[in-house]
Formats: sequence, C-alpha cells, structure tokens
Amino acid sequence: MTIASFSGSEPGNNVQFMSDYSINKALLDEIGDLARFTARFFREVFRPRYEFSEFAHQCFVIGYKSLALVGLTAFILGLVLTMQLRPSMVRYGVEAQIPAMVSIAIVREIGPVITALIFAGKIGSSIGAELGSMRVTEQIDAMEVSGTNPFKYLVVTRTLAATLMLPVLVVLSDAISLYGSWIGVNIYDVLSLKLFWAQVIENLAYYDAIPALIKCFFFGFAVGIVGCYKGYYSKKGTEGVGRSANSAVVMASVFIFILDLLAVQITELVWYY
Amino acid sequence: MDTSEPVIIIKDLCKAFGSNVVLDHFDLTLYRGENLVVLGKSGSGKSVLIKCIIGLLRPDGGRIEVFGQNVPELRYEELDQIRAKVGFLFQSNALYDSMTVRENLEFPLRRHWMHTEQKQVDELVHMVLESVGLPHTVDMMPAELSGGMRKRIALARTLILKPAIILYDEPTTGLDPITGMEIIELIREVQQQYQTSSLVITHDLKLVRLAGERIIMLIDGKCYAQGTYDEMKTSTDPKVRAFFE
Repeated sequence: MTIASFSGSEPGNNVQFMSDYSINKALLDEIGDLARFTARFFREVFRPRYEFSEFAHQCFVIGYKSLALVGLTAFILGLVLTMQLRPSMVRYGVEAQIPAMVSIAIVREIGPVITALIFAGKIGSSIGAELGSMRVTEQIDAMEVSGTNPFKYLVVTRTLAATLMLPVLVVLSDAISLYGSWIGVNIYDVLSLKLFWAQVIENLAYYDAIPALIKCFFFGFAVGIVGCYKGYYSKKGTEGVGRSANSAVVMASVFIFILDLLAVQITELVWYY
Repeated sequence: MDTSEPVIIIKDLCKAFGSNVVLDHFDLTLYRGENLVVLGKSGSGKSVLIKCIIGLLRPDGGRIEVFGQNVPELRYEELDQIRAKVGFLFQSNALYDSMTVRENLEFPLRRHWMHTEQKQVDELVHMVLESVGLPHTVDMMPAELSGGMRKRIALARTLILKPAIILYDEPTTGLDPITGMEIIELIREVQQQYQTSSLVITHDLKLVRLAGERIIMLIDGKCYAQGTYDEMKTSTDPKVRAFFE
C-alpha cells in the first residue's frame, strides 16, 4: 500500500512497480528459505541418528542408476566434439593435437558441466517429484509420527549421496568421453588407444583435473539440496508436484552455471597466482 | 480398565492460519477405552485438531495433555515416546509408495523398537495383518492394493506398535459405502481386541452412529455440543440439527 502511493502519479507505473516489487520479494524470500534449509542440513548432518542404510541406498539409486544415461551422453559428447574439431584442426595442420585439446576441454569444463546438467535433469527432478509426492500424500507426516526425523531420512541422505556421487560420475564420464574421442579420431585416422591415452595424460596437469573435481562436489550438493528443498516444501496437489520437479531442475541448472563461474575465478586466483 | 481415567485432555486450544481462526479455545477430554467422535463440516479444523495432538502442528495457545504430558512443550525425543503410544490413521493412508506392505509395517517398529529380533518382527507383522484380514498382501506394493485394502494396511501399520490411543482422520472418506462399512466394523473390532481409546474425526454420520460412544461437535472452532448420537439427533439447536437433516 505504501509503495503504491510512493511510486508516482501514473497508475500504470504503480502497477509495474508493485509487480517488480512482488517478484523481487518472492525471489528474496525463496533465497532466504533455501539458505535456512541449507543451514538446517548442516545442523542435521552431524547429529545422530545416522541413516547409513538409506544413504547407501540413495548412493545406489542416484549414482549407479544414473551411470547408463551419463555414460551414453558422455560417449556421444566425446565423439561429436572430436568430429566437430577435426576440420578446423586439419586446416591449421595441428590435427595431432586433437587428443590434447579434447582432453583439456572435457576434463576442465565440458565433462563436469554437461554431466552436472544431465544429473540435475535426472536426479534433481526425481528428488523434487518424489519428495513432493510424499509431502502431498502425507507420507512425510507419517514418517515423523513413526519416530523418524524426515529431514534427516529424506533430505540429508539424498543431498549427501548427490554430493558424493556426482564427482564419481564425472570421472567416469570424462573417461568415457575420451574413449568416444579416440573412436572419433579413428574414423579418419589410425591412432592406437595406448598412444591416444599417452597424449591425453601428457597434456593434462593437476590444475586441470583437481579444481574440476572439487567443483563437482559443489554441483552435486546444489542438485541435491535444491531438489530436496523444492520437493520438501511442495504445495498441495499434483500440480504442485510437477512444479516442484520442474523448478528443481531449472534452479539447480542455474546454480551449476553460477558455481562454475565462481569456480573458474577462484581457480585462477588460487592456482595461477 | 479404568474408563474414568482421561488419556487426552485439551484445554483452550487455539490455532489460526493468518487471519483464519481454526480452533478457538477448544476443549476435549478422551477417556481410557472410549470411542470419541469429533463431528464437523469440511474445513472446520478437525484435521488441524488431531495434527496438534500428535505434534505435527504447533498450537498458538492452550494445553494438549497426552498421558499427562503437555505435547507443545515436549522435546523431540519426548514427543517420540508419546508418538509410540499414539497411533495415527491418515486420511490419505500415507503408505510409503516405494516399500512393500511388509516394509511399511516394519518401518515404525524398526524406528521405535530398534532392538526387536527379526522373528518377533515377523510375528507382529503377521498378527496385525491377520487383525485387518489381509495376511496375503504382505509382499505386495501399495499401488497393487484397492482403496479399502490400503486403509486396512494403514490401520495395521498403526496397530503394530500396540498403541493405547488411535487417532482416525476421516477413516471412511473416499471409500464406497460397503468398504466404508467394513472399515467402521474394523474400527470397532480393533477397539475391542486391542482395548484402545479412539478419537475419530469425521463428517460421516454412519460412522458417527455406529462407532461413536460420545460425540463432540466442532463448530466455529469451538466444542459447540457434546453427547450421544441420540442426544445429538434429537437436539433442537439449529446448528446441530443442520448435520442430521
């Protein structure tokens, strides 16, 4: 009310101003709620009772069951990247550098980010929908009545599993991508797998692999916590469940890019200077 | 069994969601072994009432004493001990979709009685499934069961901890008349077999008539009237009569 009288004489401007204000307020509310949810995760994660068996089950569901999708996309990614790079490399007479170039691109950036985005699509949406559906059908309340802390059982286990499984998946997807790249090279040339890997290893340094691996833990955490947050506070009804799953993917994907940007800046600051 | 001993005493319970006052100084007493029905129209705050009793919602004011302990003041561990003695049958059944019937029944057991041997767990699972007449469903998934069967399994999950009190949240809602009747029979059988006290919230008059020893009418957030079914039915109060006409 105060804002409407403050913002000028034209009614259209008032409406626009209030609408912007509402959007900004909703965004800030969302960020605040997510921050509180994350703080609660860190409080609960160290307190007993520890849900080891559910955590192990979630590692299986989140990690192992994502392997086929991640592996397939990684293979295609490596193959296509090599085939797309080759004409330019041939033009400059440096096609021998394809293994080095592809390996650096995959290990540093493409592997972690693409895998994390696929992971967000599969796991973020699945966690959001599962917890949302449990909220709507009162299963989370039933869990609480059954002497279980649902936050610990559902949120802590899934977030931890996502945090730990994504780096494992990225390492595997990087390896599969490079294998795809070797096949891409062999479509036009003949290069042994041993020689291909020797070139890859020779051109990769610790500062290519370690920061990339560290940022994967943050990507995994973002996917897990956002999926759980969206599902845990899902609004009533099936529409709410769908919306939770959808917004979990969108929000997690945006976080992955923001974290990637931060990771590049921090890596440059810490590693190169 | 001392039927004059109160197991739940609610005094001046208040709960509002924003400006919407749902419970306004509501009072209720449930005695040991009693079947008490809280009758009220949809949206009158019945579900809010039992969610406050079990500690799923925090009241704005008033006391909720369950076995002499004031629920809103309890710590998480103390509340868990109370919850082990109070069963809750959810309106939507709230069976865990990803678990079999056996796992659904074992879940509260494993949580409250952590050191129970597997043999004893199996016996309890079999016993409660026998009680609800569905021993053959033990390895089925909830999605494979009909609405009435799911309600029975949810009741079996409530019974497995041998609660002293069972809270029923609209147990016949969404069921066909025949299945609804079976559930009403089951509620009565369970009370006799397990000697539980029951608090049933509903707007189903058949359930009120057949299962309610005493009835409380929840109108405008208050305990508007109480008595037996016959007393309520013959009441001249227009708000009470509105339910029975």
